[in-house]
Amino acid sequence: MSGLKIDNPVLSVKDLRFFYGDSRALHGIDLDFPEKQVTALIGPSGCGKSTLLRCFNRMNDLIDISRVEGEVILEGENIYDKSTDIIELRRKVGMVFQKSNPFPKSIYENVIYGLRIAGENEKSLLDERVETSLKGAALWDEVKDRLHDSALGLSGGQMQRLCIARAIAVNPKVILMDEPCSALDPKSTARVEELIGELRENFTIIIVTHNMQQAARVSDNTAFLFEGNLIEYGLTDQLFVKPQNKQTEDYITGRFG
Amino acid sequence: MAVLMQQELDVLKKQLLALSAEVEGRVKQAVQALLTGDRVLADKVKRGDAQIDNMEIELEEECLKVLALHQPVATDLRFIVSILKINNDLERVADFAVNIAERALDLSGAIKIDSPYDIAAMAEKVEKMLKMALDALVEKDTVLARRCIELDEEVDEMHKGNFDKVKDAIKHDPTFIDGLVYYLSISRYLERMGDLATNIAEDVVYQVDGEIIRHGGIQKD
Repeated sequence: MSGLKIDNPVLSVKDLRFFYGDSRALHGIDLDFPEKQVTALIGPSGCGKSTLLRCFNRMNDLIDISRVEGEVILEGENIYDKSTDIIELRRKVGMVFQKSNPFPKSIYENVIYGLRIAGENEKSLLDERVETSLKGAALWDEVKDRLHDSALGLSGGQMQRLCIARAIAVNPKVILMDEPCSALDPKSTARVEELIGELRENFTIIIVTHNMQQAARVSDNTAFLFEGNLIEYGLTDQLFVKPQNKQTEDYITGRFG
Repeated sequence: MAVLMQQELDVLKKQLLALSAEVEGRVKQAVQALLTGDRVLADKVKRGDAQIDNMEIELEEECLKVLALHQPVATDLRFIVSILKINNDLERVADFAVNIAERALDLSGAIKIDSPYDIAAMAEKVEKMLKMALDALVEKDTVLARRCIELDEEVDEMHKGNFDKVKDAIKHDPTFIDGLVYYLSISRYLERMGDLATNIAEDVVYQVDGEIIRHGGIQKD
């Protein structure tokens, strides 16, 4: 099924099953994510890719009727253990959403939000982190003179990069991206894709995208999911040239169903 | 989107098949002109090359259009890449047919001299290779493609043998050296056509199986 062997994965999914009430959305997924690489999750709507992504920082906990079985191992620990500190987990596994969601605060406060709630108040450290995070998110030059203006005055593409800055400010291990460019114009999309390429030097990135060309452009590895099953997992350049599985072939060539 | 792209791919395939049929025809005509000394036919092959060139350019432009507009992946991508390459190979085959036609014109001049080797036998084998490669392309038949590739060695051997025969003929009687060198060139053109048929067959394997078998595939250390 999966064709990729990962040594020392940063995140490891073992026989993960996910239920919304009685209905099963994920049927025993096994998947390892290599460190400091970009992995794309692709598949048709309802295949479970966003559900899977949200399992990695327990965002699905917010859904009352949901239930998880199996394991997600991060740094040797199953994040579904009772002892897991969810705040700490979400610091280690950051997330960027489809629609940028800056807080109605200044650009500066948005970036350091995670540090603030962790109790960090030392100005010099916060200043330094704002600068490095905004530089890391390729936004610094555009906003350095108006750090204390409202984040809501930024353009859509800038807001999304601000959310990326906010995610990397707490120095996560993994950054999850759920359709991060679907609301952006081609130029902003290109900027964010370029940024993903830069971020992978320091972070492990898992991205859900409907845009297959985007998956092909930005990722090192691609996992194809269908009806809650992992159908194929391989190097992106191989999967898009010579997929091993007929269902993958049919999906990526648009001959599905 | 898939339906739209499929329509485009069908158009490409039709264009390629039309080009294949034309090129196959030119090779037959060139060989026939040579064997029968038919100057009119040889001239027709020579003058008809512009049509092949135009077909090649049109097909390439069509391929580029599909690549730019549809961004194909997987089997569709391999299909277009192989069409681009086969298109080029077919145009080269047609160029060699023109070369043969030109030599036919040269050899049908005032002084007649017989070929020191069996042109018909070699041409028949090369035409067979071309037919196999193009049938393999149409039928997506990798077994046939691989059989075509195997035949190339026989054509290469024939060419080597022809070289020796021409050399001996020149040694024996250098009077007709020009004509004998023309025959050597013809053997070389046919041998190159065999190579191009092999390329086409290799691209058929790539298109169908995604496996690059050219040069024995990637050499592992």
